[in-house]
Amino acid sequence: MEPIRKISSKTVVLPYSDIDTDQIIPARFLTTTSKTGLGQHAFSNWRYNADGSAKSDFILNQPAAQGCQILVAGNNFGCGSSREHAPWALLDCGFRAVISTEIADIFRSNSLKNGLLPIVIDKDNHTWLMSNPGVQLEINLETNSLSLPNGKVVTFSIEGFARYCLLNGVDELGYILKQLDTIKQFEQAHA
Amino acid sequence: MTAKTLFEKVWERHEVVAETADTPAILYIDLHLVHEVTSPQAFSLLREQNLKVRRTDRTLATMDHSTPTDAAEIAGRVPIKVKSAAQQIQQLEKNCTEFGVELLNLHSSQRGIVHVIGPELGATQPGKTIVCGDSHTATHGAFGALAFGIGTTEVGHVLATQCLLQRRPKTLAINVNGKLPAGVTAKDLILAIIGKIGVAGGTGQVIEYRGSAIEALSMDGRMTVCNMSIEAGARAGMIAPDDVTFEYLKGRPKAPQGAAWDKAVAEWRNLRTDSGAKFDREVHINGSELVPMITYGTHPGMVIPINGSVPNQPNDAVFMKSLAYMGLQPGEQLLNKPIQVVFIGSCTNARLSDLELAAQVMKGKRVASGVRALVVPGSQAIKRDAEKLGLDKIFLDAGAEWRESGCSMCIGMNGDTVASGQYAVSTSNRNFEGRQGAGSRTLLASPATAAAAAIRGCVTDPRELLN
Repeated sequence: MEPIRKISSKTVVLPYSDIDTDQIIPARFLTTTSKTGLGQHAFSNWRYNADGSAKSDFILNQPAAQGCQILVAGNNFGCGSSREHAPWALLDCGFRAVISTEIADIFRSNSLKNGLLPIVIDKDNHTWLMSNPGVQLEINLETNSLSLPNGKVVTFSIEGFARYCLLNGVDELGYILKQLDTIKQFEQAHA
Repeated sequence: MTAKTLFEKVWERHEVVAETADTPAILYIDLHLVHEVTSPQAFSLLREQNLKVRRTDRTLATMDHSTPTDAAEIAGRVPIKVKSAAQQIQQLEKNCTEFGVELLNLHSSQRGIVHVIGPELGATQPGKTIVCGDSHTATHGAFGALAFGIGTTEVGHVLATQCLLQRRPKTLAINVNGKLPAGVTAKDLILAIIGKIGVAGGTGQVIEYRGSAIEALSMDGRMTVCNMSIEAGARAGMIAPDDVTFEYLKGRPKAPQGAAWDKAVAEWRNLRTDSGAKFDREVHINGSELVPMITYGTHPGMVIPINGSVPNQPNDAVFMKSLAYMGLQPGEQLLNKPIQVVFIGSCTNARLSDLELAAQVMKGKRVASGVRALVVPGSQAIKRDAEKLGLDKIFLDAGAEWRESGCSMCIGMNGDTVASGQYAVSTSNRNFEGRQGAGSRTLLASPATAAAAAIRGCVTDPRELLN
C-alpha cells in the first residue's frame, strides 16, 4: 500500500446518522469475486431511480460532489455487516476519508486496511462540518489533525499501529507473518 | 488471583503476543468459518503472495448467502437464477479444492447457514476464538466462545497465519433477571435490549449476557440473543457455558468424544465471570416486564412493544426520513397494519425451536390471502428434523413455502426478495433500507409474531394465537 500523509479536498456531506453498510453497498452487488468496480454501485438505492437513471437531488450526483475525497456523515457511520465491499466502494468513488462522531468497529477496521481514513471528531466541530458542506479541509495523518477553513485545527486519533502502517505503507499481513515462529511456539504450548 | 470476566479469560488464553501501547495483540483463532461472499478476494490475496492456508484443520467453509433455496436450482434441474451468485459458488468450490479447505457445498447434507452449522456440528465450543467474514459471527458466543465478524482482508490474515491483530475491547454486562412471560421470546428480549442501549450502544465492547432470564434460555434462544449483538454495535456477545450448553454439544460430530469430552467439560466449567470481576459498564433489564417487540423503522433500535405506537420526533430529520421510507406516521399503531410478506428464517431465527414455535401458531390455519409466507430452515439438518416432526406439512397445508436452507430473504442475494413498498414481517436481524430488496419495508419480530402476521395478514400480537 502507498503511504498516506495528507489529504486535501472539499467535503461532501451526507446528513444522516446510522448509515449502514447496506446503504453504502447493497447486498445484490456482493456477488462479485473482485475488489474493483464497486464505486458505480455505492449508495445505489439513494443514487439511482428504479430505471437506473441518476437521482439529480442526491448529493453524489451533483457537480459539487465530483472529485471530493472527504465524506462527512452523521453519527455511527458504517454500522451493520462486515462487508469490506463498503470501503472498497467508497475508495472506488474517490473518497479517501470519512468523518463522523462515531464509526462502527468492523467498518473502521476494514477502512484502515484499505487506506480509507475513518476519522472521529468531537460533536461541535462535526456539527459545523455538517452544516457547511463543500468546505476545503486538510487532513494531516502525521499530526493527527484536521485544518478547517476557519483556521481551527481539530485533532483526532487513529489506532497507533494502523496509523504507523498507513504512514509507512506497511502491510499488516507481512507484520504477522514475521511472527510465525512465535505463533508456532504458541500452538505447541497449547496443543 | 485477580477476578476475571468470561471475556478476559478467553482473550488472555489466546494472546500469542499481548498488546502494547504501540502494537495490537496478536490473537490466535481456533476456528475460522468461511463462506462464498466475503472470501474470494482473500483467497486471491493468498495466490498473489504465494501463501497457503496455514491450518486447514481449523478452517471450515460452507455456502449460504447467495445460494438458491429452490430444490430444482440446487439439484441443477434449472439454472441458478442469479448468474453472478452461481459464479461465486463455483469460485468457493475452486478455492477450497485448491487450498485444501473442508467445504460443505451445495449438495452436502450438512450444509446450512454458517452460524447454524458451526454449533450444529459441534465445531463451536466454549472458550474458543471463532471468526468469520460475517458480522453475525457473534452467534457462537452463546457457547462461551469469543466470536466476532471480520472483513475480507482479515479473512486473508487468518487463512495465512491463523492469527489476527486486535486491540482489546471493553466489556459490557447486560443483566437480565426475572422470567420472560409467555409468548415473549429470546428475539423479543434482544430487540428490547437494542432498543434500550441503541444501535451504537455496544461499539468497541464485548457484551456478556447474564442473569436468570439468560440462564433459562435454550441454546437456540441464547444464539438468537448473541446473534444480534452486532445490531447494538458490539464486537461480540457471550454467555457463560453451563449444563444446557454441554447437553447441546455432547455427541456432536466435531465435539470432543469419550475421555476428551470429560476433560473438556471440566475446563469449560471454569469459563464463568469470577465473582468480584469488573465490567467497564453494566446494564440491568427486568425480563418479567417484557412483551413481544416489533421494529417500525430502518434500524433495529427503532423498536416498540407490539401494542405500542410509532414515536414522534418531528425535529429529527433522519427519524422522519426513516418513517417516510417505511410509509408510517408518528403515533400510528402497528397492530392490524396489513402486511404482504412473512419471512421465517435467517441465522437469528431458523433453528428447530423457532420453526416449532411458528408451526404452533400456524397449525390448522391458512396464510391470509395476498400474503406470501416463506419458511427457510437454517440448515439441511434442521430441515430434515422439522420434516420428521411434520412441520413442513403444517407450513405447506397453511399455504406457506417450505424451502431448502440458506440466508435467503434476510439479505436477498439469491433472488428471494421483498418487492418495493411491500411490508415484510421478518424473523431476520436487519431492517435497513432495501435490506430485503430495493424499497422493501421490514418489520423485525419473533417467529411467533411473524407466523401470527402470516395467518391474520396484518401485524398481530402472537399471544392471541398461542395457547
